[in-house]
Amino acid sequence: MAQKEVLDTYEMTIGIECHVQLATKTKLFSAADNDARDSEPNSKVVPVDYGLPGMLPVLNWEAVRLSVRAGKALNSEIALRSHFDRKHYFYPDLPKGYQTTQMYEPIIGPGSIAVPLEDGSAVDVRIHHAHMEEDAGKLTHFDGYSLVDLNRAGTPLIEIVSEPDIHSAAAARAYATELHRLMTYSGVTHGDLYHGNMRFDVNISVAKKGVTELGTRAEIKNLNSFRSVERAAEYEFNRQIDILESGGKVVQETRGWDDDRQLTVSQRSKEDAQDYRYMPDPDIPPIVLTPEEVAEIQSDMPVLPQIYRDAWSSLGLDTSVVNTLLGTRRHAELVRKVQLDAGDGAATRIANLFASGLGSNSSDEQVSAIDEGVSADELIELAGMIEKSEISSNTAKDIFKALYAGEHNPRAIAEANNLLQNSDTDAIAVVVDEILADPASAKVLEDIRSGNDKAIGYLVGQVMKKSRGQANPALAQELLRKKL
Amino acid sequence: MKIAKQIDEVAATSAVAVVRAALERAKADKNNVVINLSESRALERAAKVDAGELKGRLAGVPFVAKDNFLGYGAPTTAASKLLKSFDAPLQATVVEKLESEGAICIGKVNLDAFAHGGSTENSAYGVTRNAVDPTRVAGGSSGGSAVAVARGIVPFALGTDTGGSIRQPASFNGVVGIKPTYGAVSRYGVVAMASGTDTIGVLAHDVEDTALLMDIMTGQDTKDMTTLPDFFAVQSTPTGKKLGLIKEFMAEGIDPIVRARILAAVEQYKSLGYEVEEVSLPMLKYALAIYYIVVPAEISSNLARYDGVRYGSRVGNEGTLRDVYELSRQAGFEPENKRRIIIGSYVLSSGFFDAYYQKAQKARTLLIREFNDVLSRYDALIGPVAPSPAFKIGNNTDDPLKMYLEDVMTVPASLAGLPAVSVPIDTNDEGLPIGIQIIGKRRDDAHILAIARELEELRHG
Repeated sequence: MAQKEVLDTYEMTIGIECHVQLATKTKLFSAADNDARDSEPNSKVVPVDYGLPGMLPVLNWEAVRLSVRAGKALNSEIALRSHFDRKHYFYPDLPKGYQTTQMYEPIIGPGSIAVPLEDGSAVDVRIHHAHMEEDAGKLTHFDGYSLVDLNRAGTPLIEIVSEPDIHSAAAARAYATELHRLMTYSGVTHGDLYHGNMRFDVNISVAKKGVTELGTRAEIKNLNSFRSVERAAEYEFNRQIDILESGGKVVQETRGWDDDRQLTVSQRSKEDAQDYRYMPDPDIPPIVLTPEEVAEIQSDMPVLPQIYRDAWSSLGLDTSVVNTLLGTRRHAELVRKVQLDAGDGAATRIANLFASGLGSNSSDEQVSAIDEGVSADELIELAGMIEKSEISSNTAKDIFKALYAGEHNPRAIAEANNLLQNSDTDAIAVVVDEILADPASAKVLEDIRSGNDKAIGYLVGQVMKKSRGQANPALAQELLRKKL
Repeated sequence: MKIAKQIDEVAATSAVAVVRAALERAKADKNNVVINLSESRALERAAKVDAGELKGRLAGVPFVAKDNFLGYGAPTTAASKLLKSFDAPLQATVVEKLESEGAICIGKVNLDAFAHGGSTENSAYGVTRNAVDPTRVAGGSSGGSAVAVARGIVPFALGTDTGGSIRQPASFNGVVGIKPTYGAVSRYGVVAMASGTDTIGVLAHDVEDTALLMDIMTGQDTKDMTTLPDFFAVQSTPTGKKLGLIKEFMAEGIDPIVRARILAAVEQYKSLGYEVEEVSLPMLKYALAIYYIVVPAEISSNLARYDGVRYGSRVGNEGTLRDVYELSRQAGFEPENKRRIIIGSYVLSSGFFDAYYQKAQKARTLLIREFNDVLSRYDALIGPVAPSPAFKIGNNTDDPLKMYLEDVMTVPASLAGLPAVSVPIDTNDEGLPIGIQIIGKRRDDAHILAIARELEELRHG
């Protein structure tokens, strides 16, 4: 691998195409169930999806509505007239021999999004366009044969095509993450990455810094996690520089990401590029919208990430905490509600609990079942208990997790488990006296007297232990010092 | 045979007897009309009519469908080897509509494979012979449908018309055939040829029957986004009994007898109080060129699904995936299918799309504008259906271009999406039928049938 000094003389340029599966009930052109997770192969398929002779597509208007919302989230103009085209190629995952897509007149026009980076700065990434299309089926390969599952065939997608405005692997990851937030917040997709609800194709080229002409790009197809977007970009950056440094030429090709080996592998070179013979689809009339319809569809857009960021700027949260929170729309909503109902202090406490307590980037649907039960009022009560030192910060985490395990009422949980801190000076003083009188403490007392102040922590710990965690540690320390 | 006559017979005997008689006629047919009969299903349904379980305006009336309509009781072959054993799991909307009125489909009839052709010579199931002269073609691609009606096997037959496939065989065999306005009848459940010009129509004994059937068949279908809301009523305000005779159709290349018969029909319309003027549509000279770019393009797309993977005959399974594709398609398609797939793939390919497909679509827009402009001054346009009566079997098979020229008078209305009906007016000296074509404004299907009816009444009294 090239030395860091060499790497530093290059810059990468990245454009990303993102496929987003829309959260509609039925498929883009048929009445088949659009949710085929954990279903038997070919069980969510009707004759239209099967490409039977004589079958005709019937456009799902819900997919149009979700696309119009996605356009709003991307700060894009919505085309008042858009049209479907056919993209032809032969493969068993494509029952009609063509994919119905929007080549010439996409529904979502140019836009841009501000992508927040970990250091708190942001980079603007322009959106070239986004178009509607149908997903293909899935092939599973065995020794000597392959099986076709058409459950996914006809699932509505939008493909969001960015301009090549990204220049680091971290920014590529941040872009992918922000797109995920935007699409889940606006209700466009369930955002379940594990089930392929969002998939990324990363186009990357490298060139010497200061050179305006872009290098030859490679396309890394079908990345399904933010991490793999970042790692694949890093890997390609190094690979392409190695080629250039050794006097070679980067070939324009499609590559895949091998997650086990953490590297990209060549799949198809430009010479094998297919001629898709695009043609307007005569079976589907153009989608025609009025400005009023667009406004109506976009009128109930949920709060988008940037609005939360602005609202939380007064909380003094780390960027990483904010990003973790924004990873799950429902969590962001709860923290915002706590902020509105109980103020910045309570919101900060709850935000930090979310950042430390639960995983991020789980799909809305996965967490929603448990989340349903957790209310902002419960979180406000929990924040109040922390503020009044009724519970320790560790106890707060435990109660928070208990709430997300399906329990209710933070105070009841604390009481039932004897978790409330004792701030009764007399009661704690009794325990303090017991600890000081304990012969086991003699050595530590000597240390403290000889100037090792830190050793007092051991005694506080003993008080906590004896009180089964209920003593207010600050109070215990104060009493210990007084007695010493 | 009129529909009313069959209904009388059902009343006098039984639906089972009427359907059984139609089945017998179909079996005795010597013109190679039928591909498959759906005998048991037809008789079951006839028994239901007799039991009073099935009612409607066509209760017990037998019919046949061109074998590109999906239906129960018999395979849907599209006259191809590829779909030889394809049993459809559903029925075309229009078959359902006719059956909901009590009509009984007794079988599926011959066509050019996938409806590619104008003579029913391109079928994997043999040539259908002309109803009048068995050494001549039936026309096509709805040749089986036309001969079935002309030979009196059934009173009506379903057909499809993409560039003349109903009108030309209707004219060749002396029956009425209508190509409705594009979108008037649902295409759901009909094997697609060229989606932008495919229309579903019917061939019948006379104009009155045709109007009744159109009343049943037309209307919006939620399964076909290109269908129009129900409109089968006279839409336009007649401009005062004024017809335009298309000059370009009467000029070079037309058989003198056909020309003479059309001019005689013009005189008949004049005697009915019509004013008839010759009109010129200069864009017509490009119609065939436009058609043979746009239609093959759509054919190459619509036929991509026949890959041998999910249904239809599969060849080459022991080889690679590519073998399955190549060998299944090689074995399943007829030469004319392959020719059109190749032309279509060519005009859509990168670098040629703009020069061919896009340019053809622009020219098509100009043609439509010209039609609209002329039709704003007339009730309808009239002219011949084809340059000559039915030609000899084998006459054009070695020369695809010559065969395509047969479509020159029918493709313009298809490209413009206009309704057009072919009505028998006379025969030539050898007794071969000759029809007149009446082309109307968009959605004016009922009006052109009314105009056709006047001529029919004049001739038959």
